[in-house]
Amino acid sequence: MRNMRPVLDVKELIMDFGGLRALDNIDLQVRDGEIVALIGPNGAGKTTLFNCVTGMYEPTNGQMNIYPEGKKSLKLNNLKPNQVTQMGLARTFQNIRLFQKMTVLENVMVARHCRTKTGITGAVLRGEKTRKEESEIVDYSYGLLEKMELAQYVNDLASELPYGAQRRLEIARAMATEPFILLLDEPAAGMNPKETQELDNLITKIRGEEKISILLIEHDMKLVMRISDRIFVMDYGKMIAEGTPEEVGANKKVIKAYLGESFDA
Amino acid sequence: MENEERSLFIKSLLEIRKSIFISLWFMFLTFPIMVIRIKPLDRTIEWRWMNLVYVGVGTFLLSFLWSYLMTRKDKSGKEEEQSWQKRIGQKIMSDRRIYLSGLVAVCVFIIVFPLQFSTYQTSIMITALMYVMLGLGLNIVVGLAGLLDLGYVAFYAVGAYSYALLNHHFGVTFWMALPLGAALAAMFGILLGFPVLRLRGDYLAIVTLGFGEIIRLILENWNDFSFGPSGIAGISRPGFFGMQFNLHQHTIYLYYIMIVLVLLTIVVVNRLQNSRIGRAWIALREDEVACQAMGIDKTRTKLTAFALGATWAGFVGCIFAAKTTFINPASFTFMESAIILSVVVLGGMGSIVGVIIGALILILLPEYLRAFSQYRMLVFGASMVIIMVFRPQGIISGIRQRYKFTPSTNQEAKE
Repeated sequence: MRNMRPVLDVKELIMDFGGLRALDNIDLQVRDGEIVALIGPNGAGKTTLFNCVTGMYEPTNGQMNIYPEGKKSLKLNNLKPNQVTQMGLARTFQNIRLFQKMTVLENVMVARHCRTKTGITGAVLRGEKTRKEESEIVDYSYGLLEKMELAQYVNDLASELPYGAQRRLEIARAMATEPFILLLDEPAAGMNPKETQELDNLITKIRGEEKISILLIEHDMKLVMRISDRIFVMDYGKMIAEGTPEEVGANKKVIKAYLGESFDA
Repeated sequence: MENEERSLFIKSLLEIRKSIFISLWFMFLTFPIMVIRIKPLDRTIEWRWMNLVYVGVGTFLLSFLWSYLMTRKDKSGKEEEQSWQKRIGQKIMSDRRIYLSGLVAVCVFIIVFPLQFSTYQTSIMITALMYVMLGLGLNIVVGLAGLLDLGYVAFYAVGAYSYALLNHHFGVTFWMALPLGAALAAMFGILLGFPVLRLRGDYLAIVTLGFGEIIRLILENWNDFSFGPSGIAGISRPGFFGMQFNLHQHTIYLYYIMIVLVLLTIVVVNRLQNSRIGRAWIALREDEVACQAMGIDKTRTKLTAFALGATWAGFVGCIFAAKTTFINPASFTFMESAIILSVVVLGGMGSIVGVIIGALILILLPEYLRAFSQYRMLVFGASMVIIMVFRPQGIISGIRQRYKFTPSTNQEAKE
């Protein structure tokens, strides 16, 4: 049985850009071990929601809380992006944002930053502790690359990777921060059917093996219907529907938002 | 096959036509100054037609060579260029004999240099080594953290003035002032860091430029504090257990101090750039948003970059004051920042070897070009343009550390 404990709880979230209300009273929950999809037409405010949750935007109003296992709940409001990541919530980006001129391994090693401690003096003196930590970083990162089937590219520059591998590397990098919630912003964008299928397996694997709950934005409906436990649908900054894939697929409002008014006529 | 040859033939014909046009244009442009010479005394005009021919032929050949090199560069592209660098690097690294003998040769040269050459030569070398340190320091800020700093000379000035003033008022010795100057410069680095935390690119460049000018103007105008434009004279040279040196010996001594400090800088910068901190800097350079999303504190990372970069400028500032025994604000103009930045960009951003070579070229070239007297700066400028056109990534581009893995076990061995 799935644990119904929430790990991410967004309540009455409002985000105004000047006169434009990009997010209007958004409620969203992700429960432990769930894969939740967030869908909606372009410009519905999905990425804005991600940016609010991850601290990139400061929302106008509303509460955002996360619930790490065995710890007190944590408020995400007014935290900087790096603090949010430290709390255990990592994300990927819609348009790939890798560190292009670093190697694949280093991309992942960077993400170990908030879980390691070496300071300037440590780095300069390179004592026993630093060397140990450094080799731990390397081992951890390499292990992650193996899991994500990226080991063959270890020393290649991130910019030299094929597109699908770049997407996977983004996910690997986010996972290196040891999150318990992973936000994926259109992970399948631009992928061919084969790559999408691999991604599908990968996301399920992450959820299963790493005990990470996943919230993803995606336009590929086949993928969404296949892997998600629940789906939230947004349109014009409002949450218009929520439910299992079957419920959402049959929802009139959703069909209207996607296909337009005259569908039934 | 025949077709290919034909298209190649047509292409080169086109190139020749283009070069002819260019040379005609140059002949027209330089006609008034190169051909006509008016002799006002005997009221005659001398027509130097041969000059026209020289200009024509010269520009034709140059333009042809230029376009040839350009097409070759486009064809070979980036990959070949990198593999070329990699090949040489690997060759040197893999063949221990070459590597070791090269290292020994360089070491011997460095140690023997001041004993073999004149005080003048040693003094030039000290200046070049100072720019190596400055370049490596600025490389942290510009090359690694990607923060374009046009006011780097300000920290250099802080270091120099802290030693000069402490020495003048309190008789503080060089060895005491060296860490103090560096610490003060680091403090100023953080001071500059705070207001520019939110700025990037062009805006950051302008603010740092302004900061550099502010420091210079303060030093120039606050007479009570810094003795204004007349500067501070009679700064003590570094001491060595109270021994008395003449000027030549002092220069040699300073040279060895510089060598030690440069080695220290190389070790520290190398360790930093392959550490947690260094990776954070590079990540910040590559993508600020993603960098923060990966849990890196942007504020702290930027401030450490500014502070550590400034520290080296502070060190070199103290040495500069001790070397010249006289400083005034005229030594800390924007031009100085520009040269240090050129060292970093020309040598190769983020590459230690590149910055060292860049500094040696940029400082030693103008000195040894003195043979060309008035054409010296022209040659200097031209060589800078040529390097930047053909190697925009710098003489030696930064190579990232590689790790070796055997796939089954997770054992790693650094190369």
